[in-house]
Amino acid sequence: MGHNTDKLIIAGRKFSSRLIIGTGKYTTYAQNADALTASGAEIVTVAVRRVNLTNPDEPLLVDFIDPTKTVYLPNTAGCFTGEDAVRTLRLAREAGGWDLVKLEVLSDPKHLYPDMEETMRAAKLLIADGFEVMVYCSDDPVFARKLEDLGCAAIMPLGAPIGSGLGIQNPVNIRLIVEQTSVPVIVDAGVGTASDAAIAMELGCDGVLMNTAIAEAKDPILMAGAMKHAVIAGRQAYLAGRMPRKKYADPSSPLAGLI
Amino acid sequence: MQLIINGDTYTDLKVGMNVLELLSHLSLPMAKVAVERNKEIVPKSGYASVVLQDGDVLEIITFIGGG
Repeated sequence: MGHNTDKLIIAGRKFSSRLIIGTGKYTTYAQNADALTASGAEIVTVAVRRVNLTNPDEPLLVDFIDPTKTVYLPNTAGCFTGEDAVRTLRLAREAGGWDLVKLEVLSDPKHLYPDMEETMRAAKLLIADGFEVMVYCSDDPVFARKLEDLGCAAIMPLGAPIGSGLGIQNPVNIRLIVEQTSVPVIVDAGVGTASDAAIAMELGCDGVLMNTAIAEAKDPILMAGAMKHAVIAGRQAYLAGRMPRKKYADPSSPLAGLI
Repeated sequence: MQLIINGDTYTDLKVGMNVLELLSHLSLPMAKVAVERNKEIVPKSGYASVVLQDGDVLEIITFIGGG
């Protein structure tokens, strides 16, 4: 498969980049916009919050990252019930007109693991309301299957706890989810550096979503570029098919014809 | 009249104000926000026709950075 024809397709929308980046934790929205350019990402996650009424001149994200050029993926961060998630995303849909959304229903602030029971319930409510749901979930293949069966547009298991940068902790489960899933599988959370993103892609994931790994790098713009290349490298390595692992050395230069 | 907007009470608002007038009063750009009134979304097409009532509870949201 050629690089140019290898598209990520989510709910019928085609994307050339398999990297999705967050817009949190950056020093400024301007830095965020520069990181976006360097990353080549076509989708950004965004949060839905009350406007600041005491300072209406406060800079707005939309003034730095143009929602007509970059796909905004509104999230449900901070929602702890299905009803909260539906309420938040209905407002997002009215504000921006988008039905592609990221569902995340979290539990304990210490590990930010998804509450899968509530995530399932929220996914049902959102899908019934016409949303295309990209769902943050645990790396449990059983729940991943259930979410796919509900009609989620993408399954997004965590690689490690949100913001931890620990890398892909359970490659066995990620691969099991990749193998069984027919909608895109996107590792969401846990990536710390470029090799983590490449590992996710080499496992056969369709994409990687990250925020902190770029935003909290010493040089976020440089790291955004590194992540762009890592995702492409990992994808191409997956498509190319790695060589088999061997127990012993195998010389690259022929032994025949030695002087 | 009195409205509760994003959790704060506003008491100095003109009776009969519609959503469009409120956004203008608050210096908010209509295209970049969404409005919920008493837990129901006000579609942008209804901003000029929805007249606010004393005691209404409004949420006005926008997009901010998030993961």
